[in-house]
Amino acid sequence: MSMTDMGGRPGFADRLRDALPKLVLSPSVAIVAIFVYGFIFFTLYLSFTDSRILPSFGWVGWQNYENLFRIRAWDTAVTNLIIFGSLYIIICCALGLLLAILLDQKIRAEGFIRTIYLYPMALSFIVTGVAWKWFLDPGIGLEAVVQGWGWESFEFNWIKDGDMAIYTIVIAAVWQTSGFVMAMFLAGLRGIDSEMLKAAQIDGASTLALYRRIVIPQLRPAFMSAFVVLAHMAIKSYDLVIALTNGGPGTATEVPATFMYSYTFTRNQMGIGAASAVIMLMTIAAIIVPYLWSELREKK
Amino acid sequence: MANTSTNPSAAVGRTKASSLSAAVPRIILYTVLVLFCIYYLLPLYVMVVNSLKPLEEITAGGMMALPNEWTIAPWGSAWSTAQIGVDATGLRPYFVNSLVMVIPAVALSTILGALNGYVLTKWAFRGSTLLFGLLLFGCFIPFQMVLIPMARILGLTGLAGSVPGLVFVHLVYGIGFSTLYFRNYYAAFPTELVRAAQIDGAGFFTIFWRILLPSSGPIAVVCIIWQFTNIWNDFLFGASFSDFDSQPMTVALNNLVQSSTGVKEYNVHFAGAIMAALPTLLVYIVAGRYFVRGLMAGSVKG
Amino acid sequence: MTMMKTLKLTAAAVALTASTAVAEDVEVLHWWTSGGEAAALNVLKDDLAGNDIGWQDMPVAGGGGGNAMTVLRARVTSGNAPTAVQMLGFDIQDWAAEGALANLNALAEEQKWNDVIPAAIQRFSTNDGAWVAAPVNVHSTNWVWANKALMDELGLEQPQSWDELVAAMEAAEAAGYTALAHGGQAWQDATIFDAVAMATGGPEFYQAAFVDLDEEALGSDTMKEAFDRMATLRGFVDDNFSGRDWNLATAMVINGEALFQMMGDWAKGEFLNAGKVPGQDFACFRFPGTQDQVTFNSDQFAMFKQGDMVSGEQSYLAESILSPTFQIAFNKVKGSVPARTDLDASELDACGQQGYEDFKAAAASGNLYGSMAHGHANPAAVKNAMYDVITAHFNGEYDSAAAVEELVTAVQINK
Repeated sequence: MSMTDMGGRPGFADRLRDALPKLVLSPSVAIVAIFVYGFIFFTLYLSFTDSRILPSFGWVGWQNYENLFRIRAWDTAVTNLIIFGSLYIIICCALGLLLAILLDQKIRAEGFIRTIYLYPMALSFIVTGVAWKWFLDPGIGLEAVVQGWGWESFEFNWIKDGDMAIYTIVIAAVWQTSGFVMAMFLAGLRGIDSEMLKAAQIDGASTLALYRRIVIPQLRPAFMSAFVVLAHMAIKSYDLVIALTNGGPGTATEVPATFMYSYTFTRNQMGIGAASAVIMLMTIAAIIVPYLWSELREKK
Repeated sequence: MANTSTNPSAAVGRTKASSLSAAVPRIILYTVLVLFCIYYLLPLYVMVVNSLKPLEEITAGGMMALPNEWTIAPWGSAWSTAQIGVDATGLRPYFVNSLVMVIPAVALSTILGALNGYVLTKWAFRGSTLLFGLLLFGCFIPFQMVLIPMARILGLTGLAGSVPGLVFVHLVYGIGFSTLYFRNYYAAFPTELVRAAQIDGAGFFTIFWRILLPSSGPIAVVCIIWQFTNIWNDFLFGASFSDFDSQPMTVALNNLVQSSTGVKEYNVHFAGAIMAALPTLLVYIVAGRYFVRGLMAGSVKG
Repeated sequence: MTMMKTLKLTAAAVALTASTAVAEDVEVLHWWTSGGEAAALNVLKDDLAGNDIGWQDMPVAGGGGGNAMTVLRARVTSGNAPTAVQMLGFDIQDWAAEGALANLNALAEEQKWNDVIPAAIQRFSTNDGAWVAAPVNVHSTNWVWANKALMDELGLEQPQSWDELVAAMEAAEAAGYTALAHGGQAWQDATIFDAVAMATGGPEFYQAAFVDLDEEALGSDTMKEAFDRMATLRGFVDDNFSGRDWNLATAMVINGEALFQMMGDWAKGEFLNAGKVPGQDFACFRFPGTQDQVTFNSDQFAMFKQGDMVSGEQSYLAESILSPTFQIAFNKVKGSVPARTDLDASELDACGQQGYEDFKAAAASGNLYGSMAHGHANPAAVKNAMYDVITAHFNGEYDSAAAVEELVTAVQINK
């Protein structure tokens, strides 16, 4: 790797030079080892203890896990994450790709439109939560406004409906991130070799075929980045749910992030909270690790 | 930027004379784009409009309507006189608290991410890809999980309730993404240049400083935007690891908006919310034009 | 067992570096950030300032104190606990059990707190014979708020029983009004459930089910009837109730859209702010069937240990909180009543005076009960587990029989 060891015994300076890259990387590795993996093991340990308000070290075996699976809200939370996560990732990718393709048609004022699509990413739901809540509220929001325009039978009361409320969370979440995904795909589109496209066009390929056969496959790295960002947002969707529905109506929009928080901090059931965090992490790992592995391995 | 457009139909359009039949899809295209603009702007519209109304107009209903009586009083109130705690200070003092914490946190995590990305791509060693994977997985740790052990470590190191402590926390949990961005960017950077510089005798930091860094502008923008947004908007860490005199903007905004009893001054809440979001909005608007370029040059390539 | 012991070892070391406070200042963690509440706290702050004690404000609003409790957890774990913390009910007991709270007995003895603070409140202010918190106020939660003009229009008298209550609401509904203004949030559902359970089964049942967590009472037919009544009430709520903030529900009563709201005494502030006069524009009465009982929650300030002794400023803060001047000044603004029973309440308004008389009478007759919905009947874990069931039932996820079963299971898991 180093070009400096041209024979002779490497001195201290040379060895330092060889080790330098690793030295530079090591603080990050150490930090992550402690503050991510160390904490994961700590949580794993807590999940087997009788911790309530603060960590406590009385061993209780699998009891927290047994209790966790008896709690109905946990089922709801997991089901909701599956619904929310898959819809959110799919819709964001589809919408992001569509908008990127549309914006790539030599649009006038592209920069302006792009900024409009992108800005929601800048705002947290602490900021936009109330506006969203109002907008979705049938009494004062979209339903009332459209009815006011004369379309009396218009209904949009999902946020009040236990079966539909989770979809309103998807709407708001897509609003926040789809522009960001659009930017990623747009960047991907701009990076594609236009010579290849011209050649294909001369061969008489249709526009649709061009996109399907040549453009979209080349966006694969963009998909990877988008997936990592979206998966991370989906799993951490705490502010969003709290701001929009606070888990309601009833427990209809509980997600693992809110469940974990509520058991660890508001319910003083740190042991059960830790158990739910462990299950969550294992699930994330089961999805993310194979994906990262396949993506990263290919590069070699 | 427009010249780099890759879209096939535009290429086709160049070969044909423009005609009415070509104009129709353009109209549809623009209509669709504008409709999406409305979707993205709606919540902001609701916030801006209602922050400019007197409270009675809001309670009387009609959240989409423009104000009958325009007023900027809610903005003044949110900035300097709204009740945040015992003192009616408005959001003003907290603004500085946030800046003092966000700027070093963003700067440090960007520098660290750049160095990590440099090592992981240009000085790759056995197992470096695995290490990268491990760093990246750190992005997925739920923050609720780290609160208590983190508090303990901050306490043991004497950083509890201090600005450096809070900066450190954000640095720790920003490593994953900042490394991801820079690694993917530098992976596309021609390694030959690095090798050539090595033959010329340039050292590790010289190469980084002279060769990599000067062309890192776009990805640095991406990384800064990402970190700035996340750290500025964070509530949980900001509330838990700050002291009475270093609470960030989000905590103050939360205190303004979430007050448990008493009349909710929605117009002031909206004004405060927009105010709290202005720095991040500004970053997006100002740096947004470099954003796609940065992504293009880096993070979406292999 | 717990982290507290090891924490104490490090606390001394940490104190040297982490404490930016001058010795004479108090740092107060609280969630009273609205105008009226802050004005009330300023009374306390000014009192302390008169004794050269500075006030370092650490407000964290949201989640009915939930956010503040999370922050507290982080602050204590890092060895940087605030001086005094606003707390409710069982949280005080939990922190006292961790050994984190300072003992105020010397002051309590000197000020004769035992004589003036009702036993039901002391249950939360003391732990293991030691005073650990100073109560600021007593909120009572079993109130019904009514629009007087609507009652007159419909020819209604104040309902005295469950049947009269239902009849009144039916009349309102028939006339095209919303009978019950309600916000579908777990704690609001539970606030109503408190009153309904008390009215349905009486105080003994309330005590057995919510305080003693007796499985027989929890699984009884009385409980089922209470759930049935909740279902009846659900029928009087408008379609748009879910997720609504309580103050918006109050606004519905104020504006004459709705007849009743069942809510704690803090709702009064909303009426007063809208320029309404008690007894004239709006009426307040106890939930029918609980006329003699008061279900309460009490905000208190717990003092966190800073060393072995209670510090001078903590002691002064506690004394100041329980001083008659502050108790009256604060509760006048907050809508609650003083926590001590020996005060002249003539400065309070009509509803406030009524509330104070009710409170004293209930305290004297043993009818003062901690509110389950507000964390004064059972610990946070159980309370929230009950919330889950009550809310799920109110939103139609369970029928009453299933709700009773779920309630028993929920308590078993979380006890």
